[in-house]
Amino acid sequence: METKYAITVDDLTVAYNYKPVLWDIDLAIPEGVLMAIVGPNGAGKSTLIKSILGIIKPIAGSVKIFGKPYKKQFKEVAYVPQKGSVDWDFPTTALDVVMMGTYGSLGWIKRPGQKEKKAALEALEKVGMLSFKSRQISQLSGGQQQRIFLARALVQNASIYLMDEPFQGVDATTEKAIINILKELRKAGKTLIVVHHDLQTVPEYFDWVTFLNVKKIATGPVKDIFNDGNLTKTYGINYKVSVQE
Amino acid sequence: MSSAQIEIQLIACLVAIACAIPGTFLVLRKMAMISDAISHSILPGLVIGFFITEDLNSPWLILLAAVTGVITVIMVEFIQKTGLVKEDTAIGLVFPALFSIGVILIAKNANDVHLDVDAVLLGELAFAPFDRLSVNGVDLGAKSIWIIGTIVVITLTLLITFFKELKVSTFDKQLAATLGFSPLVIHYGLMSIASVTTVGAFDAVGAILVVALMIAPAAMAYLLTNDLKKMLIIAILAGIASALIGYWVAHYLDASIAGSMTTVLGFLFLLVYLFAPSKGLISVLYRQKRQQVEVYLLTFMLHLQNHSEESERHINHLGEHINWGKMQSKTVVDLALKNNMIVIDNNIISLTEKGQGFTQKAIDYITTNSTVAIEEMKDDFFLFRG
Ligand SMILES: Nc1ncnc2c1ncn2[C@@H]1O[C@H](COP(=O)(O)OP(=O)(O)O)[C@@H](O)[C@H]1O
Ligand SMILES: [Mg+2]
Repeated sequence: METKYAITVDDLTVAYNYKPVLWDIDLAIPEGVLMAIVGPNGAGKSTLIKSILGIIKPIAGSVKIFGKPYKKQFKEVAYVPQKGSVDWDFPTTALDVVMMGTYGSLGWIKRPGQKEKKAALEALEKVGMLSFKSRQISQLSGGQQQRIFLARALVQNASIYLMDEPFQGVDATTEKAIINILKELRKAGKTLIVVHHDLQTVPEYFDWVTFLNVKKIATGPVKDIFNDGNLTKTYGINYKVSVQE
Repeated sequence: MSSAQIEIQLIACLVAIACAIPGTFLVLRKMAMISDAISHSILPGLVIGFFITEDLNSPWLILLAAVTGVITVIMVEFIQKTGLVKEDTAIGLVFPALFSIGVILIAKNANDVHLDVDAVLLGELAFAPFDRLSVNGVDLGAKSIWIIGTIVVITLTLLITFFKELKVSTFDKQLAATLGFSPLVIHYGLMSIASVTTVGAFDAVGAILVVALMIAPAAMAYLLTNDLKKMLIIAILAGIASALIGYWVAHYLDASIAGSMTTVLGFLFLLVYLFAPSKGLISVLYRQKRQQVEVYLLTFMLHLQNHSEESERHINHLGEHINWGKMQSKTVVDLALKNNMIVIDNNIISLTEKGQGFTQKAIDYITTNSTVAIEEMKDDFFLFRG
């Protein structure tokens, strides 16, 4: 059987102020993988995610979600942004933020009702944040804020989840809780793409990996390509991780 | 009250409502300055619109001038996008230029244009009732009421229809984009409403009061609530209250109406800034003070927990040992006693069971940074709310 691809990226080049930060990226991400994107700071990981989402316009190349442009497929995709991309002092509660995840399926004008609220409460429960539902969002800790964003992505009920460093600044308990939810989602057939920094945990958490540093270095199953050679090519120094057997 | 007085107050209230709604979103989007830019740079639009329509109250003139407002926003964003200057600089470059073009146009054609720069800045609210709208000889009230009333109805309708879209794109632009709500469409929609409101209100109340009515009520509401819907309602009410109080202050002092409304807005904002229940200055200072005391309390209880020997726990040793002054020791001991954390027996202080539990939980929190242990304590103590 032919592999079905959730996302295909062709010859993608992205530049800020004419300085390319992603150069001729080709990528085919099979449906149903839990994939890490790794690479040094400034490698263009966030830029790649934003280009997939159509937030940034590339100067060349194209991105397809299940074979179609993003504009036609936005309901299939949920995005968990890098922390700090929202206004934390905005007058809104945790529940309210999670509800926003349902807005996409509602479309313009239609307002969220009981059904959307129920979905939001269930998602809060799933990430262990139900008791915080009425808190103003700035009164949550970093890890709790991250869980709220995850809950918001969960109510979108998408097929593809893009997450930009969801483990940044969260404690070990939260990290475990998040990765368990991600693994559950993969079991349910979802495709998950996660920008990840802790190389030690890549083999434990993920089954697919993409090495990125302006250019794509390698992409494939963790067990085949997660090795010192690719790490060295990506990070530029002689890299050694002790991958547990 | 004469009917002219009632009409003036009605106009002021309608302007307050029309301004508070876009103003709330401008404040939340940290774009307060853009309202200042719009209110000044629509002047050339007004003048040119007047040349074309020859009627200061024509809806076409309002639309033409509002387009100038949107063009201002586009110019500001264009200059900013070059990356050579910051947004506030770009605003400072654009609106004085456009405003002065308007001033020159007025000066050059003074005989044809019934506009003067004073009126533009301060408005002529007192004269608004003289400009009547009549159809077939039947007097329907002041024209301004109809113009601003229409703007209020349009703004409210758009707000209710697109509340969800406005909220999500203001809170999280990227999410809005990924959900299929073009932030650009919403952005320019909001800017158009802000421009139309400014132009419509401008003739009656002047540029400065328009800016004040957009920003000050929203800023007050921001300090008073954590809920966007309530923020909108509070902003509208604060705007109306300032308008009415300002009107009567002007009446008794025989002063400029727009001037005293602006002053009242500033004064009310000051009150809210100082006394708002949780975000006000006094409340913030009080909380900091409490937190400081609580840190001392915790230090004190950790000391008690660490030392079983009575000499370390004698009430008089507290001052010498932990090096605290009399006042400080007394505050801390009183707080601990009030919360049943300690008992004093023969001047020897011991932790109660509750005190021990509290200390243990606090240690757990500090060492593991896990918030589960202290969730229930958050209501009693400021310390753990950070
Ligand atoms: N808005 C922007 N304007 C200009 N340069 C940018 C912008 N965002 C990112 N960059 C640059 O693009 C490069 C890649 O950034 P990013 O995708 O955020 O990297 P990563 O997420 O891998 O750390 C960096 O060199 C960064 O400085
Ligand atoms: Mg990044």
